[in-house]
Amino acid sequence: MCNCSNGQKDIYLPELCTITKRRMLNGTELYLHLEKESGEDFDYVPGQFVEVSIAGIGEAPISISSSPTQKGLELVIRNVGSLTKAIHKLEVGDKLGVRGPYGSTYPIEESKGKDLVFICGGIGLVPQRSFIRYALDNRQDYGKITVLIGTKCHDMRLFREEIALWEDRKDMIVRETIDEAHECWNGNVGVVTTLIPKIESDLPTSQVLVCGPPIMYKFVLMALAEADVPESQIYVNLERRMKCGVGKCGHCQMNDQYVCQDGPVFRYSDLALVPEAI
Amino acid sequence: MSVSTVTKEQFKQFVSALVDSDQSVIGIQAKDDKFAFGELNNADDLRLDYDVSILPPKKYVLPQKETLLSFEVGGDSQTVQNTAPAVLIGVHPYDMIAINQMDELFRQGEYDSHYMNRRNNLTIIACDVVTPSKNVFASSMNTTTAESGFDIMLTDIGDAYVVEAATEKGEALVKQMPGAVEATPDAVSKRNAAREKNETALDQHKLDCKPAFLPKLLEKAYEHPIWEEKARLCYSCGSCNQVCPTCYCFDVQDEVEWDMKSGCRYRAWDGCLLQNFATVAGNHNFRQKRADRFRHRLYRKGKYVPGKIDGEIACVGCGRCITACTSKIANPVEIYNALMTETEIG
Repeated sequence: MCNCSNGQKDIYLPELCTITKRRMLNGTELYLHLEKESGEDFDYVPGQFVEVSIAGIGEAPISISSSPTQKGLELVIRNVGSLTKAIHKLEVGDKLGVRGPYGSTYPIEESKGKDLVFICGGIGLVPQRSFIRYALDNRQDYGKITVLIGTKCHDMRLFREEIALWEDRKDMIVRETIDEAHECWNGNVGVVTTLIPKIESDLPTSQVLVCGPPIMYKFVLMALAEADVPESQIYVNLERRMKCGVGKCGHCQMNDQYVCQDGPVFRYSDLALVPEAI
Repeated sequence: MSVSTVTKEQFKQFVSALVDSDQSVIGIQAKDDKFAFGELNNADDLRLDYDVSILPPKKYVLPQKETLLSFEVGGDSQTVQNTAPAVLIGVHPYDMIAINQMDELFRQGEYDSHYMNRRNNLTIIACDVVTPSKNVFASSMNTTTAESGFDIMLTDIGDAYVVEAATEKGEALVKQMPGAVEATPDAVSKRNAAREKNETALDQHKLDCKPAFLPKLLEKAYEHPIWEEKARLCYSCGSCNQVCPTCYCFDVQDEVEWDMKSGCRYRAWDGCLLQNFATVAGNHNFRQKRADRFRHRLYRKGKYVPGKIDGEIACVGCGRCITACTSKIANPVEIYNALMTETEIG
């Protein structure tokens, strides 16, 4: 009488992956590079996320920071909860459970031939970096690439060496700012929105990709509206509480949208009837 | 499929034989002055004349707590699947419709094998309502009869049941019923009369519109003051979620054994009315306001979930939330009717 799963895979079963590199990016953010035990590559598109777990502690959704053009999976994990605290204690060679990838993707195809403007606030740089790296690895496919990075304070800046390399490149523009002035910092001071008027790309024809803390969206979107960027060319990468990652558990819902499936990347014009989004 | 009759005495013998078999049998039984589904140990305890169960039978397809994986701490995990067959006796049509909706929600998109295994291993003997409960409004929601999902549907026609087998599993069970005979036209007409009566009798509250109109009504009601007014009295206790046959949100947690070596990942019922339902690590709550959580439940029932299941309304009119709510604010009919009179579209 038993009617077993009939070969249907268990969507909640993680695959163990090995930590091959780890380093702290600042006081709270840990960078991890993972590889599958099977040696297979991860199959994902920039913008997607994975559910990461340690058996016995728990599971959480984490943005993918690497590009599928490179080997392995890169994650950046902030030490904020019990799971992430445990992940911070892991060493190279330790294992981490991974499910996914899940969710919608950045418009990597649709953006071909267009200028890209990335607006990143804090750890919002982490998922954005996936598309930035992808675009740099397929440089001929895209127009001008501009990356705006806003960080609360000097100490919390992420990927400093990599950003320095980006700044040296002739084929992209990087502008960084920090909210609070610091003696070691002689760059821009102020929130990330202050950089928007300085963008050299033609904003009304650019693809604008935004990711940052909840409070940031309102102000960035206002600035983009002032700069006449059509809402259909703005993409936001949103965060919500998630448990299942597969559209069942209900936690990530914003009105009728599931961030785990309809998002995390949303075209802003698609959110007109989703008041809970921004 | 076949329609038969058995006398109540014969049906009791059939249930007795089921209880004596290896199969797990779950039935509706009295619990103080209320009714609850539970493991049936004696056919005499089965109360098919019940009004409504405290918790809906969804707990047999989506248990309050269900193990998904077992693991060695920090190591590899294995799937844990429930594969024990069970017979569930006494599901009312509105609860059957709720289970049918959940079947679709757990089947669509990413296939949830934990839910689906449990569901596929369940044989459901449903029954038409004999006693209307104090808050039922199934008549308004068109959920007084169910057309599918069950293996057998029973209708009480006095001293006998009309037994409709809807699946092969159901047919096989009817064959085990002593004295089951093909239903006479008279028995069938008595059944039809009982169902016809329920079409209007399960109406302790009356919705002023057709249920299919609710998504459209809610489109215009998002900023209505009623959410704030009602939610002012809300304790955020989540009782309305827990007793609802169509609420299926869940939390996922890990649990470690005393030896600190092995453990399990389980899911457990959650509720969107609970204060921290949408709180992320770092303590940002994406649905901080009580009124927003209160509104979300009503929108899920009347608009959001229907969008995923072909427009079917995800409130089946069982009335359990009305009974469970301490503050007497959960009645969906009262809210929808108020919106009908106070929004332009109503």
